Amino acid sequence: MAEDLRRRRFLAYLLAAPTLAVAVQWIDPQRADAAVPTLPQPEEIFDLGDLQNLAAAPTANLVSVQVNRDGSVAFAVPRAEVGQGITTAVAMMVAEEMDLPLDKVTVTLADARPELLMNQLTGGSNSVRSIYTPVRTAAAVARQRLVATAAKQWGVKDSELTTRDGVISHASGRTATYASLAVAAASSKVEAATVQLKSTSDFTVLGTPQNRIDAREAVMGRKTFGMDMQVPNAKPTMVRRPPTINGTVRSVNNKAAVLAMPGVTDVAVVSRGVAVRADTFGQCIDGLRALDVSWGPGTVDGESDETVLAKLKAAELPMLVPGLLTEVLDAEFTFAFASNSPLEPDNAIADVRKDSAEIWSSLKVPIVAQENIAAQLGLPIGAVKVHVAQGGGSFGRHLFHDVAAEAAEISQKVGKPVKLMWSRTDDFRQGRTHPMCTSRIRVTHALGNVISYEQRHTSVQTEFSHGLGEMLTSFAAKLPIAGNLSFAESIFLLTQSSPYNFGVTTQLLNEIPLKFNTGSMRNIYSPNVVTAQELVVDRLAAKMGKDPVSMRRSFLRDNRLKAVFEKAVTEGQWGRALPQGVAQGIAVHAEYQAAVCCLVEIDCRPETVDRPVTDGVTGPRVTKALIVVDPGFAINPRGLEAQMIGGMNDGIAMALTSSLHMRDGIPLEGSWDNYFYTRQWNTPLDMRVVIAPSGGTPSGAGELAVAPSMAAVACAYARATGTAPTYFPINHGTLGFEPYPTEPSTPPSPVNGLDS
Amino acid sequence: MSSHTFVLNGERVTVEVADDVRLLWVLRDLLGVTGPKYGCGLNVCKSCTSHINGKAFNPCSVPVSAIKADDEITTIEGLPATVGQELHPMQEAWLEQDVAQCGYCQPGQIMTAVALVHRVRAEGRAITDADLDQIRNICRCGTYSRIRTAIRSGAAKM
Ligand code: FES
Ligand code: FES
Repeated sequence: MAEDLRRRRFLAYLLAAPTLAVAVQWIDPQRADAAVPTLPQPEEIFDLGDLQNLAAAPTANLVSVQVNRDGSVAFAVPRAEVGQGITTAVAMMVAEEMDLPLDKVTVTLADARPELLMNQLTGGSNSVRSIYTPVRTAAAVARQRLVATAAKQWGVKDSELTTRDGVISHASGRTATYASLAVAAASSKVEAATVQLKSTSDFTVLGTPQNRIDAREAVMGRKTFGMDMQVPNAKPTMVRRPPTINGTVRSVNNKAAVLAMPGVTDVAVVSRGVAVRADTFGQCIDGLRALDVSWGPGTVDGESDETVLAKLKAAELPMLVPGLLTEVLDAEFTFAFASNSPLEPDNAIADVRKDSAEIWSSLKVPIVAQENIAAQLGLPIGAVKVHVAQGGGSFGRHLFHDVAAEAAEISQKVGKPVKLMWSRTDDFRQGRTHPMCTSRIRVTHALGNVISYEQRHTSVQTEFSHGLGEMLTSFAAKLPIAGNLSFAESIFLLTQSSPYNFGVTTQLLNEIPLKFNTGSMRNIYSPNVVTAQELVVDRLAAKMGKDPVSMRRSFLRDNRLKAVFEKAVTEGQWGRALPQGVAQGIAVHAEYQAAVCCLVEIDCRPETVDRPVTDGVTGPRVTKALIVVDPGFAINPRGLEAQMIGGMNDGIAMALTSSLHMRDGIPLEGSWDNYFYTRQWNTPLDMRVVIAPSGGTPSGAGELAVAPSMAAVACAYARATGTAPTYFPINHGTLGFEPYPTEPSTPPSPVNGLDS
Repeated sequence: MSSHTFVLNGERVTVEVADDVRLLWVLRDLLGVTGPKYGCGLNVCKSCTSHINGKAFNPCSVPVSAIKADDEITTIEGLPATVGQELHPMQEAWLEQDVAQCGYCQPGQIMTAVALVHRVRAEGRAITDADLDQIRNICRCGTYSRIRTAIRSGAAKM
């Protein structure tokens, strides 16, 4: 694939601008079209990322590389940066094709731009894949234009000139910096230009490990997140929330008293609670706690883990293969609700005026936010400006703009700018969740062959952002999926495929329409689906008298998967001697056009499981973790490694410790000592990532490691303890904390912070 | 409203605010010092970690009235000045290991790390895995292993 690029020319446009600016078509439509297959397992060839690429195709020449008078180059990426490293990857693409030092490239986040349509969506790990060719094309045309400008000035041929570190040179010794040519190279009219891109073998920046371009700002405490932005008079604002999910306000019984509290400026009833605006967030907390509110019912009052599970079981789709003449293996797994809450809580600034509005928030689909907020405020779309803020994590949360819409509602109500923050407890209890689900599997086998593999995934319905929904609807005809599937079913098919030669394979999704606030969490269905699958593969291996490795070796289909698998087996020393209670687990996964294998070792000995940590869940410890990944082409190996490490810690949390306990219409979790995301005392002491690229185009990376990590940990746990877990995370059955009361909705901050 | 004075990153500051407002909000909302982050307001996540007289503490859980006039508060913004450098060696180590992903937790992680090194030094010993296991700071991006490596290498340069 990469080699084709050498011969092909790519199209960009010189823009009429004061300094050189090159705009580019946002995607190479050839690739997406060519990728439409007609296979029963659509994910392998046409996945969610391809869908997003395809949807991005029709919008042309709208994003541009700009050469500034000081020789620096700017690019506004229409994507969200939430820690996945997209800005660094884009800067590397520009630096590569322009022959420019990386620190001369600035990448900012573009405001909502309705004309980009669905192009402006960050999710499904497609960002890097969809911009790889367009960004490089724009940069290459810019370089070509600078060279042509110098050649003309000096009366020499373009081909006699070379570029390096932002300087153009001629054999005669003449040199010119990009800075000196930025104005001269500018075009006075829009003009098409084509260019060849560098071949992979000529890369000096792409494919080399680079540090994040925002690292220095981050470690100095200067990186400005949404929470850190200052907009004049946008005072701290929080919301007193109902005691059950989506509860409603009946009445506020002491508004005047709260308005009289120190620092409080406004109190207003809004759709999801009662807003308090004050001089400091601390005073918002005091104010919202003092409110006396009568609440109406929510949307899932009375629902708890047990009632939801019963509804899921009742909705499970039947298996088709009876298994009368063969041996049958039946398995069923349950996965608890989980939270995609990032460390930076949901927040947004809104300044709503009579005939205009301005919003700042970390948004992955800013265009949809803009459209919906305009409609909500009764303003034309053009009157609403939406800025994308840097996000302190997302994990799926920022696909939705709930907090931005709420900030707009409050600002409109109080007639003043507001800086809205959800408390940590709000984030866990009223924020979006990864829904509870079950996965049933039936495998039939005979004479050493697997005859059929059926997986029935049943979930509380997952809401997808409007962006994805509209994208899918408008491109439905081009999708390699037949029939009238629901949106969620389509996403399921686009993201799932079995990597094994297991005969007749069907993987189906059914959803139940309970009104929880749900959303996709990092890697959507895959962690649950793959964990169920890999546990069954291990059980099947035992039944067929094989070990987990020889079993997978016999049945893996894909060559790239086989390669990462074999590498993990060797590098991770599969089968090495381990004490009783310690065991290895291995799992594979292919998604986002990449292949991954994880091999972990888990220590389930009592002295480890019971090691004391105050207010923390200990339990089994993953002591060693190895991830072997084939990303196609690794744009930034150091960034890819970081994403793998993060994904591993997510997988460990999902397998062992992190879940929401739903009780009477609301999660019990209210802080990080209740929701046990992986902590230092849970993280592997020995964490290794091996990058084994097979060539080709870069794959998605942000979510890739979560599913195989979770699955490998589950398999290792089953082998170490001799008991196959069926409910995840494995500690869900014990509540390891005293829940905060549901009223008031945000607990008070302690006052003993100096006592320790 | 009352007046509160303390030393913030080497400079004496005075703010007018109610006694019980937690220091985190005085720093962030009134003084515009946004390095210390809110991640819970419950003394749990540790993303607000700063130093008081060289010791790690969590300003989300300390009323401003508990701070005395001569108390020296150091936030991430003031850390380099404590060693008279543009960057503290621990920040350098963070850059070398490319620790940050979204970066939101990292000011707190670095402040925790520096205080840990000082504490362990005062006890006359080297950092152990057990010390690192006791760090409570959440990193929701899961950068834990790079944090461990960075702390060890930063400690060597402190
Ligand atoms: S915000 Fe201070 S510990 Fe979480
Ligand atoms: S880097 Fe994102 S929370 Fe730690």
